[in-house]
Amino acid sequence: MTREEALFQFLLRMGDNTLVLGQRVSEWCGHAPVLEEDIALANTALDLIGQTQMWLNLAGEVEGKGRDADKLAFLRDVWDFRNLLLVELPNGDFGRTMMRQFLFDAWQSVLLGRLTNSAEPRVAEIAEKAGKEVAYHVERSSGTVVGLGDGTEESHARMQAALDYLWPYVGEMFASDAVDEEMARAGIAPDPAGLREEYDALVGRVLGEATLSIPEGGFFHKGGKDGARHTEHLGHMLTEMQWLQRAYPGASW
Amino acid sequence: MYAQMIRTASTGVKPREEMTEEERRFQDRIDAGEKIEPKDWMPDDYRATLIRQIGQHAHSEVVGQLPEGNWITRAPTLERKAILLAKVQDEAGHGLYLYSAAETLGVSRDELIELLHQGRMKYSSIFNYPTLTWADIGAIGWLVDGAAIVNQVALQRTSYGPYSRAMIRICKEESFHARQGYSIMMKMAFGTPEQKRMAQDAVDRLWYPALMMFGPPDKDSVHTAQSMAWKIKVATNDELRQKFVNQTIPQMEYLGLKCPDPDLKWNDEKQGYDFTEPDWSEFFDVIRGNGPCNVDRMNDRVKAWEEGAWVREGLLAHARKKAAPAAAE
Repeated sequence: MTREEALFQFLLRMGDNTLVLGQRVSEWCGHAPVLEEDIALANTALDLIGQTQMWLNLAGEVEGKGRDADKLAFLRDVWDFRNLLLVELPNGDFGRTMMRQFLFDAWQSVLLGRLTNSAEPRVAEIAEKAGKEVAYHVERSSGTVVGLGDGTEESHARMQAALDYLWPYVGEMFASDAVDEEMARAGIAPDPAGLREEYDALVGRVLGEATLSIPEGGFFHKGGKDGARHTEHLGHMLTEMQWLQRAYPGASW
Repeated sequence: MYAQMIRTASTGVKPREEMTEEERRFQDRIDAGEKIEPKDWMPDDYRATLIRQIGQHAHSEVVGQLPEGNWITRAPTLERKAILLAKVQDEAGHGLYLYSAAETLGVSRDELIELLHQGRMKYSSIFNYPTLTWADIGAIGWLVDGAAIVNQVALQRTSYGPYSRAMIRICKEESFHARQGYSIMMKMAFGTPEQKRMAQDAVDRLWYPALMMFGPPDKDSVHTAQSMAWKIKVATNDELRQKFVNQTIPQMEYLGLKCPDPDLKWNDEKQGYDFTEPDWSEFFDVIRGNGPCNVDRMNDRVKAWEEGAWVREGLLAHARKKAAPAAAE
């Protein structure tokens, strides 16, 4: 794998994470528990889609085959997606949606912090821009996780159930492969394993305040970031998201 | 916009000689163009009428998220998805300002939501029509937000201060919404034959429902006179509808789309278009709950509210613990 190929894969991972999560969050439109949350969810989805445009446009540029962010988003099939399994999981209830958001925001905020020092200036520039939005996302999602974890008996139970369901998808964030090694060697992105300590500290503090317990055991699901084995859910999501582009090829919208 | 058929909480305009001293002073302030503020004295009927109108307007913004949300997950490009998300977010924000404006009249947001869910308050009839193709999202921005702007520009001059200020703020965002809608329509109308077909189909289905947004004809509007005397309304339904038709038809012609009204024609004498009234029996059906989407829209909102109860209770319980840590320990 050349450095350019590895960079392309890395950028797909960044852009697919924000695309798939943005798409999931946007499914909430008009159905949140309270109007302020409708606004916040739409705002989060909007930020994530904006970040997607930056990451995937750069990916297309690096690939050099004339694909822009839209072509990458709307005309790839499941096996070419490089997002973490965590973000493609269905929304579930509001608690699960916010727990997933927090687990992702915490990781993204740590990662983007490192990427602002990337040896690839275009990556550093996007990280700088996205980092400002993500700082707000993590503040909001951690606040909600704490509020609901340490709320009523029911909200606590629901948040613990959400954490139990999602935790086995966290480990994939820190698993390294050949793409990551190449990125680390080039000083473009940090080795994922190196983010774990800071992540655990942040997540541990928030979940502690939320009176929630992190499940035992080190097992984790994988297959998203390398596309080897996505969940069954992603195909359905893409079917909906890509429908117009697939049904009316070549049209301009 | 989004307020139709607001029943004024009184019958007819009260003649000056029947007014109390307070009512006369109030009417003089209105006539002098002064704004009424929350702590000012106001007739009970003025307050009740405003609560109905502002509440219906707020509910419309909230329910209005649903037909557009129907296409967010299928938006054809990332840019279109982002713009639609921003628009829906604005609308939820408008809902918030408007509920806040209503709260200055002494009614809480939760009370208004409960009245909506019980079917005792309405939202605009337009949101009971389905969005069937991507062109409908364009047509909503162009026609529906366009109609809303015509009404809301007028309402910037409404007599109640908080409502007037909310309208000024909302109008700024609505004009962006109408522009993005028209930009979608241009892409569709000048696009492939299938896209053009979607654009025409959207206009065919949404033209008359858009005209209905202004409410029934003046001759059948029993509530207009008192609301106009109080400057809660500042233009009649028919005046606003005519204005909307006049500004919209040239835009439709530019797109090369056909207005579904076969009798539409320019009238040189009145410097406006003559046009066919919508089918008012359909309008009253929709208002009574028999529109194509009434049941689904309300079920969606009630379900979201009920399923969100544990979230609201959880966050409230947490906020209470934080507010009184000493008492909790």
